Amino acid sequence: MLRFLLARLGQSAVVLFAMSFATYVLLGLMPGDPIDLMFAADPDITSDDIARLKALHGLDQPLIDRYLAWLANALAGEFGYSRLLNEPVFEVLAPRLANSLLLMAVSLAIAIAIAVPAGIHAALRPGSWSDQAINLCCFAGVSIPPFWFALLLILLFAVVLGLLPAGGMGHEGDGVLERLRYMVLPVLTLSAAAVAGYTRHVRSAMIEVMREEYIRTARAKGVAERHVVRRHALRNALIPVVTIAALDVGGLFSGALITETMFGWLGMGKTIYDAVMGNDYNLALVGLLLATLVTLLANILADIAYAWLDPRITYRRGAHG
Amino acid sequence: MTGTGQAWRRLRAYPSAVASLVLLAGLGLLVAAAPLLEAMLALDAARVDLFNRLAPPGPVHWLGTDELGRDLLLRLLHGGRVSLLVGLSAALCTAVIGAVLGLVSGFVGGRVDDLIMRCADALISLPLLPLLIVLAAVDPAKLGLPESVGNSANFSLYRIIAIIAIVGWPGVARLVRGTTLSLREREFVQVARALGLGPARIMFRHILPNAASPLLVATTLAVGNVILFESVLSFLGLGIHPPVPSWGNMLNGAQELMHQAPLLAVWPGLLIFVTVIGFNLLGDGLQAALDPRAAARSP
Repeated sequence: MLRFLLARLGQSAVVLFAMSFATYVLLGLMPGDPIDLMFAADPDITSDDIARLKALHGLDQPLIDRYLAWLANALAGEFGYSRLLNEPVFEVLAPRLANSLLLMAVSLAIAIAIAVPAGIHAALRPGSWSDQAINLCCFAGVSIPPFWFALLLILLFAVVLGLLPAGGMGHEGDGVLERLRYMVLPVLTLSAAAVAGYTRHVRSAMIEVMREEYIRTARAKGVAERHVVRRHALRNALIPVVTIAALDVGGLFSGALITETMFGWLGMGKTIYDAVMGNDYNLALVGLLLATLVTLLANILADIAYAWLDPRITYRRGAHG
Repeated sequence: MTGTGQAWRRLRAYPSAVASLVLLAGLGLLVAAAPLLEAMLALDAARVDLFNRLAPPGPVHWLGTDELGRDLLLRLLHGGRVSLLVGLSAALCTAVIGAVLGLVSGFVGGRVDDLIMRCADALISLPLLPLLIVLAAVDPAKLGLPESVGNSANFSLYRIIAIIAIVGWPGVARLVRGTTLSLREREFVQVARALGLGPARIMFRHILPNAASPLLVATTLAVGNVILFESVLSFLGLGIHPPVPSWGNMLNGAQELMHQAPLLAVWPGLLIFVTVIGFNLLGDGLQAALDPRAAARSP
């Protein structure tokens, strides 16, 4: 297990490094560079000044040298400043990561709380009208454009009914209840697609498990059907579902980017988007890497949870991949 | 193929899939007929008319006009051409790249397989949308493309197809690799090898045809996903650039106009939703019709 864990950590480190290089190169390919931006703001700068400034900040160096210099700084814990906000990137990102994780955790919890009973309900009555209705809802959930769903929610709850705020995160000194009002629509948006995905997984996992021998054995022993479903079937069906949920953190980040941008929720997704749109290269780079890191760690957690939940799995040499 | 007729008979047992097929075909016809309708109504979809902004639906503008006074119905149809074109071509590119990499991965095995599958794992686990946004923000001039290419109206179209193909292949590659692995040691492949056929010929002539049905299903499902991604990127201002309309970028300004013209925010999204759910239901039906074992698991 330890060996497996170390191997996984090593793989994740490789992915993170590759990602940092790829992102660095891509950001270098975005329009303009920091000095051009300074120039655009000040018409008195001459082309000599520009060349001097570029040399001073190392922008005339080859890309690979610049990346290595950046990497050396990053490994020493120096991630630089955000151009737009004039703050060290980590001071910008830390509270925003917390905001994103809050939004994602609440949405995930709600999604699971709906998906598990719905999936079980459907799995116990395959082909029934309620199964088909749930199935159709799932298709709708994965097919609806998330930003459009958000627009419709704003249209209904903020514009027409005037019940909930259309965006923002509340103000200083607001009570918990007031803050919660700001969370309702973002959480609804983010959990919609997740509910649909998880329900389908719970349903197919439950159907598979209900066909197993030990379910028949439990029934033959005279165990009550309610017990068979809860104790014997659900526990085993949840194993793949937990893994899929943890593996889906990358997808959740994608959803969070849309949700946060739509509702002005100050999280990682909105920060990365604003940074890319505002040519804040450093913030975009570190933000994207932080999101990648969280996703990779969640994937490793998924593997551990899988081994822990399912006694049949042991990660020995060659057992994986 | 002789299996086509049988597959069609089986597909007809799934009313949702047949309904989706009819719906998508109708939508395709409607979108294809956009220039015809334009001539019939004597309107120009691109014509800006600032005296006639946000007009309500009426006899001339059937669905009213947008914030620049352009006919909404015609723009929706033209946007549909773009969205469907991007969806179909990017899904096809994804399928081709995924099929080739999957075949090579499964057939060659060893280190090549390891490398391709590690890349696939990494791509699948990454936060995709933030990455796509960075990819979409790349300046074409810095890639060494001439300015005439970067500024042409269709450039954003090719770019989004390329971006989606770059990140979309792992799902298809895994699928084709799985099929290849299960077929690699079968007799007909052994015979082909014994006859001295080259690996490329074996892969593409003997193994690939056997992966046709899962490939068809995956591509159908991919079209829906691509249309969703295109709409998200265009909505965020990083996909198809105006004035070329797409369902995604038509929603771009809709959020600010929500109070004045809520219907402007409803129509394009509804069309995306209907199209994507159509491709998803069709893909699901195809899967059930082409793979009876999977059919036992889903309704």
